[in-house]
Amino acid sequence: MFEGKELTCIRGERLVFTGLNFAVGSGGALVLIGPNGAGKSSLLRMMAGLLKPASGKLLWNDALALDDIDEHAENLHYVGHHDAVKPVLSVLENVRFWAGVRGGDVSEKNILNALDVFDAKHLADVPGRFLSAGQKRRVNLARIIAAPAPLWLLDEPTTALDRASIALLDSAIRKHREGGGIVVLSTHADINIESATVLDISDFAQGRETKGAA
Amino acid sequence: MKQFAFLVRRDLSLAFRQGMDSLLVVVFFVIAVVLFPFGVGPEPGTLSRIAAGVIWVAALLSTMLSLERLFQTDYDDGSLELLALSSLPLEVTVLAKVTAHWITSGLPLIVAAPVLAVLMQMDTDGFLVLVAALLLGTPSLSLIGAIGAALILGSRRGGVLLSLLVLPLYIPVLIFGVSAVDAAIGGYEFKAQLLILGGFFIGTLALAPWAGAGGLRQALE
Repeated sequence: MFEGKELTCIRGERLVFTGLNFAVGSGGALVLIGPNGAGKSSLLRMMAGLLKPASGKLLWNDALALDDIDEHAENLHYVGHHDAVKPVLSVLENVRFWAGVRGGDVSEKNILNALDVFDAKHLADVPGRFLSAGQKRRVNLARIIAAPAPLWLLDEPTTALDRASIALLDSAIRKHREGGGIVVLSTHADINIESATVLDISDFAQGRETKGAA
Repeated sequence: MKQFAFLVRRDLSLAFRQGMDSLLVVVFFVIAVVLFPFGVGPEPGTLSRIAAGVIWVAALLSTMLSLERLFQTDYDDGSLELLALSSLPLEVTVLAKVTAHWITSGLPLIVAAPVLAVLMQMDTDGFLVLVAALLLGTPSLSLIGAIGAALILGSRRGGVLLSLLVLPLYIPVLIFGVSAVDAAIGGYEFKAQLLILGGFFIGTLALAPWAGAGGLRQALE
């Protein structure tokens, strides 16, 4: 169970959102929507513990998640705007490093299996600098398969992905949820997440009262 | 500990494959020192008197040169966020990156230093002490530099800012590093200076990872 209570985000003296609540249970999915600048990325970074909420709290299985950030980090995978693929390392080495840093299984078989989930097995020996944006994204997504963690925080994961890869991501998310995993993702594109809770962040922007009154 | 080794190994293999970066540091070090015989003139007395100082100042400047990239590439490609989100405390991550930085840019300087000492006509009595002083001093330079490198992340013209932040902090290491070599050449006791350099190393080893990690957290917000 992953919950947020009365979260407030302030960026550069601008109130982005306030009084935001969410709750996702095991096997659940939360889809964040809202226009550019509504705070989808900020909320995801907050959930990851990269950004401290100005007020409010995050609960992981009823315990305060931000009390021990290192422990919280072990429970989650974050996919941000950058793909963290090193140009001079091969795809295999890139994914193996991230799996190793998480204390995961670094055997070649495990890494290749993870790459296979996103149909990137044939890229294993290709240096990162020769990858296209979509391929980099797939390698980054393979990273989160290689060392499992219950909570996935995906910030616009479909960016640069083609239709076939989005379908692969879709089934990876479904499998993750079937195993009791939780997924939170922000998106502009259409990705079919079954029985997901949708959270429109612009509802929590300042001035929603005036909007409601009008 | 295993993850620490993993991170150091990754940084080393990145540095070796990018080759140029650490090579440039040594080349800069050599060229900076070689300029002095041309500028000061070849009189043996003058050169040998300033040898220790010149080698140390050149070592500080070339360490500076490589610092800017210590966290910058990881910051730019998003790796730093993921490192912050690994179970490894950020302080340990800083320490691992500093270790790799020292191996790729501090060690080569120490290897090159005796050759340059010959060029500067340094008295042979000073060679061993120069190497010992550099061995104790350069890790402090990398550690102090990591604080500066973490603080400049996300700022424009970071390189210039970095030298303004870090160079003043290098002065104590410079003073005792040079004075150890000069004492050895003059036939005096040099143990105290080396002990102080060792003290700086232990002090920065204890403090710099925390300060560096603080800077990184600030940059990631």
